[in-house]
Amino acid sequence: MFAELIFYSFLAILSMIKSLFAFLIFCIIEGLLTFGGNMKKLFSLLFSVSFFILSTNTYAGSHSHPVTGEKLAADQTFTYWHGDEHSSHDPQILEDTYGSNIARDLFEGLLNQDADGNLIPGVAETWSANDSKDVYTFNLRKNAKWSNGDPITAHDFVYAWQRAVDPATASPYSWFMEIMSIKNGGEVISGDVPPSDLGVKALDDYTFQVELTASLPYFAAMTTHATTFPTHKATIEAHGSDWTKPENMVSNGAYMLTEHVINERLVRERNPMYWDNDNTILEKVVVLVIPDENQGLTRYLAGELDQGPVPAGQYKKLKAEYPEQATSFPRLCNYYYTFNLSETGIEAFQDVRVRKAMAYAIDRNVITEDILQAGQTPAYTFTPGSTAGFDVPKVAFSKMTQPERDAMAVSLMEEAGYGKDNPLSFTMIYNTSESHKKIATVMAQMWKQKLGINATMENTEWKTFLDIRGKQDFEIARGAWCGDYNEASTFLDLLTSPSGYNDGKYSNASVDQLMTEAKTSSDSSKLYTTVERILAAEMPVIPIYHYAGVFMLNSQIKGWPYDNVEQNWYSRNFYKVAK
Amino acid sequence: MINFILKRISIAIPTILILIIISFILMHSAPGGPFTSEKPLPEQVLKNINAKYGLDQPMYIQMYNYITGIIFNFDFGPSFRYKDRSVNDLIAQGFPVTLKYGSWSFIIAVFFGVSLGVIAAIRQNSYLDYLSVGFSVSAQVLPNFVMAPILVLIFTLWLGWLPGGGWEGGKIQFVIMPVIALSTSYMASIARLTRSSMLEVLNSNFIRTARAKGIPKYKIIFSHALKPTLLPVISYLGPAFVGMITGSVVIDMYFSTGGIGLHFVNGALNRDYSTIMGITILIGCLTITFNLLVDIIYAWIDPKIRYDS
Repeated sequence: MFAELIFYSFLAILSMIKSLFAFLIFCIIEGLLTFGGNMKKLFSLLFSVSFFILSTNTYAGSHSHPVTGEKLAADQTFTYWHGDEHSSHDPQILEDTYGSNIARDLFEGLLNQDADGNLIPGVAETWSANDSKDVYTFNLRKNAKWSNGDPITAHDFVYAWQRAVDPATASPYSWFMEIMSIKNGGEVISGDVPPSDLGVKALDDYTFQVELTASLPYFAAMTTHATTFPTHKATIEAHGSDWTKPENMVSNGAYMLTEHVINERLVRERNPMYWDNDNTILEKVVVLVIPDENQGLTRYLAGELDQGPVPAGQYKKLKAEYPEQATSFPRLCNYYYTFNLSETGIEAFQDVRVRKAMAYAIDRNVITEDILQAGQTPAYTFTPGSTAGFDVPKVAFSKMTQPERDAMAVSLMEEAGYGKDNPLSFTMIYNTSESHKKIATVMAQMWKQKLGINATMENTEWKTFLDIRGKQDFEIARGAWCGDYNEASTFLDLLTSPSGYNDGKYSNASVDQLMTEAKTSSDSSKLYTTVERILAAEMPVIPIYHYAGVFMLNSQIKGWPYDNVEQNWYSRNFYKVAK
Repeated sequence: MINFILKRISIAIPTILILIIISFILMHSAPGGPFTSEKPLPEQVLKNINAKYGLDQPMYIQMYNYITGIIFNFDFGPSFRYKDRSVNDLIAQGFPVTLKYGSWSFIIAVFFGVSLGVIAAIRQNSYLDYLSVGFSVSAQVLPNFVMAPILVLIFTLWLGWLPGGGWEGGKIQFVIMPVIALSTSYMASIARLTRSSMLEVLNSNFIRTARAKGIPKYKIIFSHALKPTLLPVISYLGPAFVGMITGSVVIDMYFSTGGIGLHFVNGALNRDYSTIMGITILIGCLTITFNLLVDIIYAWIDPKIRYDS
């Protein structure tokens, strides 16, 4: 491999020397001849040689959709945008949304989600739990095959799940198996017992059973997560970490990996071995990695992508121009600023009146309507309103008008002993980004005007920022959190004392107590509402807004699951209609 | 000459070693690590990952393992970011890309740069001179991150002639815009260098003598003025060539070419220690090689320069 590199470099060196002299002769001749339009000739020659005009496939298709009867486009290729290269598409190794999107096409787990996020059969045809909900049994379909033709058995799941927790795999998502409460999950991860002791077994080739340490009513839903997807033992043992390369890969999803160039593209094509292949319509799915969002949009507009990004602040304009294509929907993510409430924080923030005043003084509508402009919602609670089973409590300050909030903020601040004569000063930190900067500027301005606060803005590069925040080396810091699953505890757990993600070190015994109760309660939604009320009264963090997902989608692409709030999509449910 | 080359190579090895050690220490002392994230990993999981990548060992052992791995197995280690790819994989996939668009940019930059410079010099103060100088100055002040969007706007969005990005194995329509965007500012620098150097040479005594003897102008330029003109240009070309073939983050990011320029910057941002080290070493080796090459070409062109004492 490296010999090849050296060879290339050597070749380049040689050709450089050669060309250096070749063009010198040429340029002298050119230099002497150039008095009129000779240069022009050269240019036109060069350009005419190099321009290959791209042709596009535009002939109409003759097929129609088997269910809806819509006329299908001849070219069933779906090309979409990723802003960054995914870290891996090995189900047990991957850790990002981009990787999960790819893995859901290449692999199929026990269960899938439909367009509304409901559970539907995947490799498992039926599933059941015992009465205490701590033993789950999955009956696998017998016609499911790997892309090399091998049948998929319960042993493949046993292998994959053991692989996920095996310390030798060092999966960054092994903790997911631990929160699935699988017997011995944590013990295997810490190396106390061998992976074979994990509470999973194949009762026979087509019956997979999982033993849990706790009663988990939502366990089945967790098997749609990529970490639980099966992997092919023989392939992994033969190729090691190279098994995810297109030439080696064996997978069981509706698509197979056919090309992968890091930071450029990943191509997957129909898997003829997939058990439901007859119902797959899209032939080919292509991911293009385009780090610059504006460039991503340009290429979408040029027709190179079927799905593209909407750069910050451009949604309104695009929606007006392309109402059919610009899409916005709520996402399970929040954006907030956290006070440092630990010993290293400043004295003033220990005063709840100061924290409340600062939260009240921010006009969230200015941020969502004037800065972000893409359907984000102002946040008065930590948990987004779109979270399943969460009733948004009408906390006091969400009901007020902004002038009322401002008046309240001023009086709270005065009570606390701060004002224009005795201004509060602190540093707010955020990670380097254009939109974080805009929001921080607006916040600092609002605080300055309304409360006379002197906030110094400081931005740092991402990893440094995380390091500073994790060590409580800040006064007030930006934060954002996306739910791992569609339930309020994925957000609220962050503000409990033992949470490793609680960078502000907020600690409230009743919040901890309520969140522990919620784990086993049959009506947890009331408990979450109570927690949110406590948060609104104590204001350990300032909620700013709840995210919206935005993208451009070619109106020929049908089947996008807008109502699936987790946005778990499967390409085999999409199809492209004729123009 | 052989002695000189041997001497240079023997200096190069410790230089690379020092480069490795300094970058290694710098990389590891940056705050955060390859596995720092918004959602910090549970302690045990992080421990397993650190053990897998040997990050749990003291730094001098990590460094020793890294350097011996390179020397004995030519193994630059696994990428921490792209977990099932090695740095060798990343470079093997990315370097041919940057090499291709970099080499083309180099050829085009040198070709047009020198031509423009020579034309401007021999036609000093004519409209050709002003045109060439005007072009050079404007191309030099137009950075490639401004150039790239303009090119895409014209050729992709308005004219629809070229794809806005991608590489697809380096088909010509994917190479054109990266090459234009990358080569223009180099071209401008070369043109300006050539012009001023040529002017200086043309005003020197030996050219006047040659003219007085009645030698035809093209012959004066070709066989007398050219060699000394190129000396300063060549010393610029060595580092410029390395700069071009090791890629540009702007080009890789904007045109999604998949070259190593983006890996270099992302490697630093992601604290992907092994990737950043691998590319640093590659660039270091190339720089040393091309500087040596420039010195050799120097001696070849200018008989006044003799490296053997």
